[in-house]
Amino acid sequence: MSGTEEQDDKMDRSTDNVDQRAAGAEDVELDEAIKSFKQSVDAWSDAAYGRPRTVEQTVRRRSWRLAVGWALGCVLVAGSVSGGLFERQHQIELKQRANRERAAEQQKQVQQQQARAQVTDEDLLSDVDSDVSRQVPSAMEPLAQMMSVDETK
Amino acid sequence: MRILDGAVNSGAVRASTWVMAAGTALKAIMMPTAEDIAAEEFSRVVERHRPQIFRFLLSSTRDVDLAETLTQECFLKAHRNWSGFRGDSSAMTWLMRIAINLQKDHWRNRRMQFWRTTRTNAVDLDEASEWLPSGESSIEQQLLARERVKQVWTAVKGLSERQRTVFLLRYVEEQELSEIAAATGLSEGTVKAHLSRAVGRVRLELGGKR
Repeated sequence: MSGTEEQDDKMDRSTDNVDQRAAGAEDVELDEAIKSFKQSVDAWSDAAYGRPRTVEQTVRRRSWRLAVGWALGCVLVAGSVSGGLFERQHQIELKQRANRERAAEQQKQVQQQQARAQVTDEDLLSDVDSDVSRQVPSAMEPLAQMMSVDETK
Repeated sequence: MRILDGAVNSGAVRASTWVMAAGTALKAIMMPTAEDIAAEEFSRVVERHRPQIFRFLLSSTRDVDLAETLTQECFLKAHRNWSGFRGDSSAMTWLMRIAINLQKDHWRNRRMQFWRTTRTNAVDLDEASEWLPSGESSIEQQLLARERVKQVWTAVKGLSERQRTVFLLRYVEEQELSEIAAATGLSEGTVKAHLSRAVGRVRLELGGKR
């Protein structure tokens, strides 16, 4: 082994030692920290375990919130259900009214048609009567008048 | 003579009936039933392990009220299933397993109920670090200890649920790896891996190298 290699070897070993020492120091610090942490948790747990309980108040507060939540939920559900029912009923009423109006309209139209048909027949009959009762056609009316004048003379 | 014999006999029968009844009553008083024994055993288990379960849940949640509630639920569940406990593992391991599952269920339900108030009673890290080990005497030592405890809390807060559970069981509850594996339902190898990552995180928080 040459002198340079020996020096390198020594250097490596000393670096390793430093690393080991650092790691050892780190581990000691870690151990200390974890130990303190455990003791701290133990102290906290012991204090909390022995403290007087406040279960009643918590339960009351929670039950009050729960009741309010339930009441609001019930109101919402009841509102939406009754709204839906009202809307449905309204739609049904509108349809019924529209049907009634349509039926009335149709009936009215039928009545009007019937009335119109009756009027037309009566007019036609009177026209025919007047036509039949006429002695002279209207085109011959002036001549007929003249004849009547001559006769008087 | 015959009448006398009859009287004697009936007296003897009555006496023997009384003796038998008294004997049965005494037996009932002296010999506890299986249910009594189980109840007594369970109350001993509660007495012995309740503080540990509470401590684990407290360190996991940093919430005193929640830890109390979960501890109650844990022992309620254990009481209901006590007759089914076969003793394959220790009672502590069995209880710890129930506590871990309850805690998981709690956080899962909380995540599902996202519309609920998200306020928790978990104390912040500064408050949690207020509890100091009693051995620290000087102010410097107290400050150093408080700083160290806070750093560990910070690291623990950043851990995953499993890593945190494994870390707390190992270093706060001082359980063996096999016990942790039994309580968490993980293999020992997985427990080691989680523990190693958790310790690495704590080391990093303390300012060292991973």
